[in-house]
Amino acid sequence: MSFIQANDLIKTYSANKRIVKALDGLSLDVPKGTVKGLLGPNGAGKTTTVKVLTTLINPDSGTASIDGVDVLKEPEAIKRMIGVSGQYAAVDQKLTGYENLEMVGRLYHLGAKRAKQRATELIEMFDLVEAANRPVKGFSGGMRRRIDLAGALVINPPVLFLDEPTTGLDPRSRLGLWKVIKDLVSDGTTVLLTTQYLEEADQLADSIAVIDQGKVIAEGTSDELKMQIGGQRVELSLVRLEDVEKGKSLLAGMAQGDVSVGNDGRTISAPVDNAAATLQQALKTFAEESIELNDAGMRRPTLDDVFMELTGHKTEDVSA
Amino acid sequence: MSSVLKPTIESTIAKTVSDGWIATRRNIYKLRRDPEIFVFSLIQPIMFVLLFNYVFAGAIQVEGGDYTQFLMAGIFAQTIVLSSTYSGSAMAQDLKDGIIDRFRTLPMSSAAVLIGRTFGDLVINASSLIVMMITGFVIGWRINSSIPEAALGILLLLFFSYAFSWVMALIGMSVRSPEIINNVSFLVLFPLTFLSNAFVPSETLPGPLRVFAEWNPVSALIQSTRELFGNVPAGIPAGDSWLQQNPLTTVFAALVLMLVVFIPLSIRKFKSISSR
Ligand SMILES: Nc1ncnc2c1ncn2[C@@H]1O[C@H](COP(=O)(O)OP(=O)(O)OP(=O)(O)O)[C@@H](O)[C@H]1O
Ligand SMILES: [Mg+2]
Repeated sequence: MSFIQANDLIKTYSANKRIVKALDGLSLDVPKGTVKGLLGPNGAGKTTTVKVLTTLINPDSGTASIDGVDVLKEPEAIKRMIGVSGQYAAVDQKLTGYENLEMVGRLYHLGAKRAKQRATELIEMFDLVEAANRPVKGFSGGMRRRIDLAGALVINPPVLFLDEPTTGLDPRSRLGLWKVIKDLVSDGTTVLLTTQYLEEADQLADSIAVIDQGKVIAEGTSDELKMQIGGQRVELSLVRLEDVEKGKSLLAGMAQGDVSVGNDGRTISAPVDNAAATLQQALKTFAEESIELNDAGMRRPTLDDVFMELTGHKTEDVSA
Repeated sequence: MSSVLKPTIESTIAKTVSDGWIATRRNIYKLRRDPEIFVFSLIQPIMFVLLFNYVFAGAIQVEGGDYTQFLMAGIFAQTIVLSSTYSGSAMAQDLKDGIIDRFRTLPMSSAAVLIGRTFGDLVINASSLIVMMITGFVIGWRINSSIPEAALGILLLLFFSYAFSWVMALIGMSVRSPEIINNVSFLVLFPLTFLSNAFVPSETLPGPLRVFAEWNPVSALIQSTRELFGNVPAGIPAGDSWLQQNPLTTVFAALVLMLVVFIPLSIRKFKSISSR
């Protein structure tokens, strides 16, 4: 049943006399017609994974296949079934949107007529009509992204790779792009999507693989992952730094998991079962103990929390 | 699910031809929108022809000839050698822009992007050459040989520029920075074209420079085109080196060597590059 498969991929780079293990035994399994979200911080190995699976780079070792076709041995066959939208929009800035898409169609060997038709269709589908005949250079980031995504869809590929498709977009463009991706998915396309945002994986993916330092460290549906790290969190910001230790132990008594301390050294947070009730209780307890608060609230877990919980280190440490 | 669109071309040769054409067409489209290239490939050559002709004509005596006749082959060669820089910087720019990653995930021929680059640049070089020849005619340059010889001279220049584009394309993919390519190539190619018989007879150069100029392959290219256009002044025969005595053989050997070595190397390099 698994459609995209990667086994034990290893890829090392040597940069500035330092060996970087971009992939350190990464394995993946994406069933046909589903969306797998690859969630991880900067430098986790998301792009490297996508590059291996899309034939751009060869791993040092490991195997990969799509629909039973070996990615390393038969790259030409793979290229005829995939669509790719990389982390940085891969469009020719000096060509118009239409010229870019028509060129991609020709290079998939669709023939002149079909390539033109398809470019026109995609321009309409992605709402780029007014930009179709201007060089891409003048486009906004969001429009460039859409042209790039349209380029990935030229042959209606059964497999789609999207590397951080919404990074750098404003919230409105992000929502627009999510809708496009959802429509595609409902059409049965198998998608591997990378992102740094839990919310994005949440919105789009059937199953999420959390990766860190070149390995998958947790996998499951977004609900499963959230259960694992606790659903809602309560977060309290303390006025006095001296109170932090005491505050941590008080909060730990009410929480479902480890209490973490934010970068400012005075914000403590923890996963809880019933956020509203816990928050009320915490406010009461802290008042009784006369620990003053700057701020108090509940929030959904962020990627930082997932990492704190799963690896015991913060995302910032990973990217450093 | 809407079904996947199938290719209409299967044979490798047909794909290479079609993809090579699409990649060339891409570069030709871009020429229309790129005023920089227009200045670089059309205005600058005209300026060079006029400047060198009027500045040096009074000062440099060519025995048994006229400086304008002597000069033109030198300007032709210098211009096409320098403009090959663009093949390198454009490959580096494509890598930087990420478009190479798009190409590399498409089922296209691995030679196509390089074919497109080199043929696109051949169009630029041919245009430069035409513009320079017309400017030359206006200021009194004449072809004093037969039509076949002159045609061979033009072909030789164009083939040389084409082969050199493959060399620069490989350098562009390896260095990956358009700015570095532009600066380094200015530092290397500019002296290379000057330390030749392009603007002054090589025998007038001081000792070591004269030796360099005589063994400089660019001098051989200039000497052969000068001969083929019938522009060799009576008083200035070819230099003493073997290269100068056999300029055509030298140029052919250089051409074949560049093509045989750099086409496979460039294609191999292309198959493994990826931006960022
Ligand atoms: N060409 C390269 N040369 C040297 N090191 C590299 C290269 N490509 C990636 N790396 C390193 O490999 C590691 C994984 O990189 P990768 O791009 O896969 O991460 P990522 O998860 O996509 O991160 P980001 O969120 O920043 O895009 C990083 O430490 C990165 O610096
Ligand atoms: Mg990345």
